[in-house]
Amino acid sequence: MTPTVVLPVIIGGLYAAGVYLLLDRSLTRVLLGFLLLGNATNLLLLSAGGPAGLAPILGYAEPEEISDPLPQALILTAIVITFGIAAFLLAIIYRSWRLVRQEVVEIDEEDRRVALRSGTDADEMDPDDLALEDRPAAHADSLGGDAGGDLAVEGTLARRYGGIASDDVDLPPTERRRR
Amino acid sequence: MIRVLMPLPVLLPLLGAAVALLVGGRHPRVQRTLSILVLGTVLAVSIALLLLADADGAESLSIGGWPVPLGIVLVVDRLSALMLVVASTVALGVLVFAVGQGAADGDEETPISIFHPTFLVLIAGVANAFLAGDLFNLYVGFEILLTASYVLLTLGGSAPRIRAGITYIVVSLLSSLLFLAAIALVYAATGTVNMAQLAGRLSELPEGTQLLLQSMLLIAFSIKAAVFPLSAWLPDSYPTAPAPVTAVFAGLLTKVGVYAIIRTQTLLFPGGALDTVLMVAALATMLIGILGAVAQTDIRRILSFTLVSHIGYMVFGIALSSAAGLAGAVFYVVHHIAIQTTLFLVAGLIERQGGSTGVDRLGGLAKASPFLAVLFFVPAMNIAGIPPLSGFIGKLGLLEAGIADGGWLPIVVVAAGAVTSLLTLVAISRVWSRAFWRPPAQSPAADTDEAAARDAGPELVAAPLEELASDDGSGSTATRVRRRAAWRRHTAVATASTPAMDGLGDGAESARPLRPLPQVMIGSTTVMVAVTVALTALAGPLYAIAGRAAVDLLDRGPYVNAVIDEEDAP
Repeated sequence: MTPTVVLPVIIGGLYAAGVYLLLDRSLTRVLLGFLLLGNATNLLLLSAGGPAGLAPILGYAEPEEISDPLPQALILTAIVITFGIAAFLLAIIYRSWRLVRQEVVEIDEEDRRVALRSGTDADEMDPDDLALEDRPAAHADSLGGDAGGDLAVEGTLARRYGGIASDDVDLPPTERRRR
Repeated sequence: MIRVLMPLPVLLPLLGAAVALLVGGRHPRVQRTLSILVLGTVLAVSIALLLLADADGAESLSIGGWPVPLGIVLVVDRLSALMLVVASTVALGVLVFAVGQGAADGDEETPISIFHPTFLVLIAGVANAFLAGDLFNLYVGFEILLTASYVLLTLGGSAPRIRAGITYIVVSLLSSLLFLAAIALVYAATGTVNMAQLAGRLSELPEGTQLLLQSMLLIAFSIKAAVFPLSAWLPDSYPTAPAPVTAVFAGLLTKVGVYAIIRTQTLLFPGGALDTVLMVAALATMLIGILGAVAQTDIRRILSFTLVSHIGYMVFGIALSSAAGLAGAVFYVVHHIAIQTTLFLVAGLIERQGGSTGVDRLGGLAKASPFLAVLFFVPAMNIAGIPPLSGFIGKLGLLEAGIADGGWLPIVVVAAGAVTSLLTLVAISRVWSRAFWRPPAQSPAADTDEAAARDAGPELVAAPLEELASDDGSGSTATRVRRRAAWRRHTAVATASTPAMDGLGDGAESARPLRPLPQVMIGSTTVMVAVTVALTALAGPLYAIAGRAAVDLLDRGPYVNAVIDEEDAP
């Protein structure tokens, strides 16, 4: 049997599309990318078994004519794992949506804080003398200038999610400040 | 005998998990007892396996009686048995700690009936990865432990945990898919995924193909082991999880990756084609990891970065691919599993005691809780490599092996290793001097309650926000004066009340929001600290076993013969 060119092309296409989607900030796209990558890998496993043959069932076909059954067993396991994890990812994405009304990869606030901190040793200074961003996180003023804005949670929610009852919104949406 | 015991470290936790899930909701006490019993048995079995494997050499078991190239095979040799022993010790310690914490917290926040089964599944996955005799079973082991870890990391589903969990899951998924693709290519090239068979067949392949397969496996495992530049996910995701979860992740999960690197580099690709790459990666991992740790102000993040940094030592030992280097790496893995878990457990205690893990928010813990200070100090000095503790012995072994190698690159890495050790001391002693030695009055933390609330996530921030309703951020002088007065008052109260507190839970009446530490948590952490000290006392025999394991790894014969010989048996 001659090797097929269709499988490698499909695998390559799926990998490319999967990686592209995985790089997106939106979690749904990440999930779709993961599914594409998983399918690409399954096809890769399938093509690793050599050229296609008859179904590997004893009595149905002669051993010389059947395709390699081991990759099929591996693919089956891999599909089950991919399926389970995709379901878990969906649950996480839903949870993220419930919590912050956003389904994107979020910013690590502590990381930003460390990055913005000035080089001097924070211990030796009065927190009140520092710029807002440089204050230790525990200091009351470091909660930032928009603290007052967040207070009117009901108002904000009503403004943004007019159709949704405020009970159904777990938290005020995260404000994404552009610097 | 050894064949009867071999599947137990995988089967027992899996069965235990099933039973624990069934009884979970209604009988939490039964569930706790069951989990502890299961892990205790696994520990006993692992010790027996280590003794048997050390006495009789490697042994294999075909699951279901299928002959070797067809069926799944479990292999135990000195390395995997040693890893099993350390892993189950650590797991048991963490589980007892978690039971103590769960009992003290009254389980209102975390669904603890999920915790025990998931934890057991995690341990089953770790054991399966250590025992796996073929690449695909290794993949399945990884998936079991990773899936369990996804659940554990996002336990409770608060916003910070979901945020951290998503990064972790996506990165882990990518590495798993890479591993699976590598398995497909290995199978396409050789027609087998059995590691003992691969050991023979891979060397017959063209060099280019070998290099491709080796790099794919190495990249997949390096993501899991957090080797720079594939380490950025770790300090981002670990610190948000509950203390026992972070502890077991930090101790075990990255080391499973390191174990897989050791296994594939020695058994499948003994030529050392990528040793220079590994050496440079080790150098970068050490230095960049520890520089990250020095920059952090949160204990858990400091520890996470030290974790990344010290992975570099193990990679260095592997890259040397000499018996001395591998022995050092194996010993360092054992030491590091124990020490990192212990430190994260202590961080959990600090968080309970001080209400935060930010070193800027803590102060005076040495006075408030001398026993906790001892619990932190001993493993902290150990990880920094202060003689005569086991960290020093492991580092000394690795550095000596590096100098014995003689090349210029190993010498550079040795120098970097010494610098890393010093910087670890800097990072750790900053925690010590601020959180433990600094008088509480100097701590800039205005209100520990508020700090704890910020740590706990946005749900709790609402209350402090309301208190600050009058403050519009620019802040009038009056509010500022009022708040500073409150702060001074608060710290004065804290200073005055500290003598009333000790680490064993008498601090309940104190004015500062110190929660008493449950006996079980203190007890399990003490045992873990004792284990790390025992590693020092037992360093001789341990290093001897690590040495014999390293000789086996380089020889490859014992492992391959243990698997292939079975082909003749019915």
